[in-house]
Amino acid sequence: MTEHPHDTAAAPVGAPWLGRQGLVNIGLLALTLLAPLVAHLLGEAYYVNLATRIVLVAMAGVGLNLALGHGGMISFGHAAYFGVGGYVAGISAYHAFDGSLLMGLPGSDEMLAIWPVALLACGLLALAIGAVSLRTTGVYFIMITLAFAQMVYYFATSWPSYGGQDGLPIYLRNGLPLVDSQDPLTFFLVCFALLLLAMGLTSRLMGSRFGAALTMARLNETRLATAGISPYPIRLTAFVISAMITGLAGALYADLNGFVSPAMLSWHLSGELMVIVILGGVGRLFGPLAGAIVYVLMETLLGGLTEYWLFFLGLVLLGVVLFARQGVIGWLAGGEPHG
Amino acid sequence: MSATLLIEQLINGLQLGTMLFLMASGLTLVFGVMGLINLAHGSFYMVGAYVTALATASTGSFLIGLAAGTLAAAVAGGVVELLVIRRLYRRPHLDQVLATFALILIFSEGTRWLFGSSPLWLSPPEWLSGSVALPGGSRYPVYRLMIIAVGVLIAAGLYLLISHTRLGMRIRAGESDREMIGALGIDIQRLYTLVFALGAALAGLAGSLVGALQSVQVGMGEPVLILAFVVIVIGGIGSIKGALLGAVLVGVVDTLGRIFLPALFGHFMSPSEAAGVGTALAAMLIYILMAVILAFKPQGLFAAHD
Repeated sequence: MTEHPHDTAAAPVGAPWLGRQGLVNIGLLALTLLAPLVAHLLGEAYYVNLATRIVLVAMAGVGLNLALGHGGMISFGHAAYFGVGGYVAGISAYHAFDGSLLMGLPGSDEMLAIWPVALLACGLLALAIGAVSLRTTGVYFIMITLAFAQMVYYFATSWPSYGGQDGLPIYLRNGLPLVDSQDPLTFFLVCFALLLLAMGLTSRLMGSRFGAALTMARLNETRLATAGISPYPIRLTAFVISAMITGLAGALYADLNGFVSPAMLSWHLSGELMVIVILGGVGRLFGPLAGAIVYVLMETLLGGLTEYWLFFLGLVLLGVVLFARQGVIGWLAGGEPHG
Repeated sequence: MSATLLIEQLINGLQLGTMLFLMASGLTLVFGVMGLINLAHGSFYMVGAYVTALATASTGSFLIGLAAGTLAAAVAGGVVELLVIRRLYRRPHLDQVLATFALILIFSEGTRWLFGSSPLWLSPPEWLSGSVALPGGSRYPVYRLMIIAVGVLIAAGLYLLISHTRLGMRIRAGESDREMIGALGIDIQRLYTLVFALGAALAGLAGSLVGALQSVQVGMGEPVLILAFVVIVIGGIGSIKGALLGAVLVGVVDTLGRIFLPALFGHFMSPSEAAGVGTALAAMLIYILMAVILAFKPQGLFAAHD
């Protein structure tokens, strides 16, 4: 875990609004917000939903970026939290729908009840997984996070009560007080607000003493220890918060699709989340958003052209890893990451 | 729960363990020598199975198919090493993970493009399709026993190769000190290509052999790849001995768990509940095993080096 692609120097965490990178960031936000508004005015609900997808994938990436980019913890198992968040939404709606109890508790189709449970479930799961995984380093850490996620995946596929391999439908999108969550634009705005919240939280965290310690744990563990700070609890805390953000994105993603299935837990999704973070620019606050825009648009455009779009995605990804390691933001804005 | 069933399942577990060893030995060799983590290893397994199925169908000879599959995987490995992998040795693990993830997409979708989504079928040859009597009266397929025999031969061969040949000496030297063997005038790049192709050939052989037991299809390498990672993490990354022990352990535990856990839960649950919980737990069993082992030995059972 000590390694990191861009460990050249401890770049200070500055205000993300300044300079060329700030312009790029504001442009990304404006694009993400305005495109669905325009689509809504044109009556194109499909594109509003597409934008919501981008926002939620970005939020999952923001979560992963905290562990991967800022913490240097190469988690290959973040699909576990994305999927568990999704299943919390799905299972809760399922019990609310047929009025049955789960371990003595009723289900709910209210997002405000579902979100805290999703956050708690993902937080506890990440606490357990992180506590074991963070005892190891390097390749072991990558493999163990992958293995734990597979454990959750196989559990979901072989547990028949909630659909097993077929997944679980959410017949009616879960509700929010005061607003109409069925309306695509309203749901987009809710997701967008939560994405901003997640990015704001990341920014606040990384600007705090905690963030400084996390950065130092990544760059130079010995120096952190010299300051009398043990890296393990710092990393574990970041890992748990990271998982909770990704899990919340998963809960919303299930609501967007009206469906949750083991595919949300698969190791392919963990890989895709990593791709999104790297594609956008690892360790940059707006990296996951840039990555999600590029990834989802590429999926939509290439997917419309050819059934074998993953083949071309593979080629693009290979090219990015081999030749353009700063990601989209690095390419647009230049400069050091972690800003 | 008869003794016959237990013996049968133990052999099944050994057979799975053998396959896993063929996969895991290549992975762990590449990691041990080059420090490279290769997610695309399962793609060589798939290449082996596809080429074997196609070559067997066109020549009518399973042995020719087997040789073609193994060779094709070795060639694919060599080419991938030359084009992509050698740019990754000095890169962080994250880059290696992403680049080899990209290779999986390219291989899988490329294969789907070429051969379609429907699986190919490969049946074991006539002379291997019989069965032998087990103690207790049941019969066991010869083909599966043959897989175990091949695995044992390969394990022995690998041991001899690494401990008793000049190539093996270089591989061992490459594991402990890359700069030094370079300084001794050994062409490291060629050594790496060779080791990578050898690992790919082992994966291809595994795919070729298993192609006659299950359908040959896109994505078939992925579950096996993940199991192989569990194997090398348990055994200690970089250790062939660890890969052997881990493979047998994972093969046997997984196979026995799937058969006996649902039955075990049946003693104190309703049959349908027991089937659910038992199956779910059985699917997770080896990951639980891995977590327990790592909680005590974070570097695996035979830690070579990280």
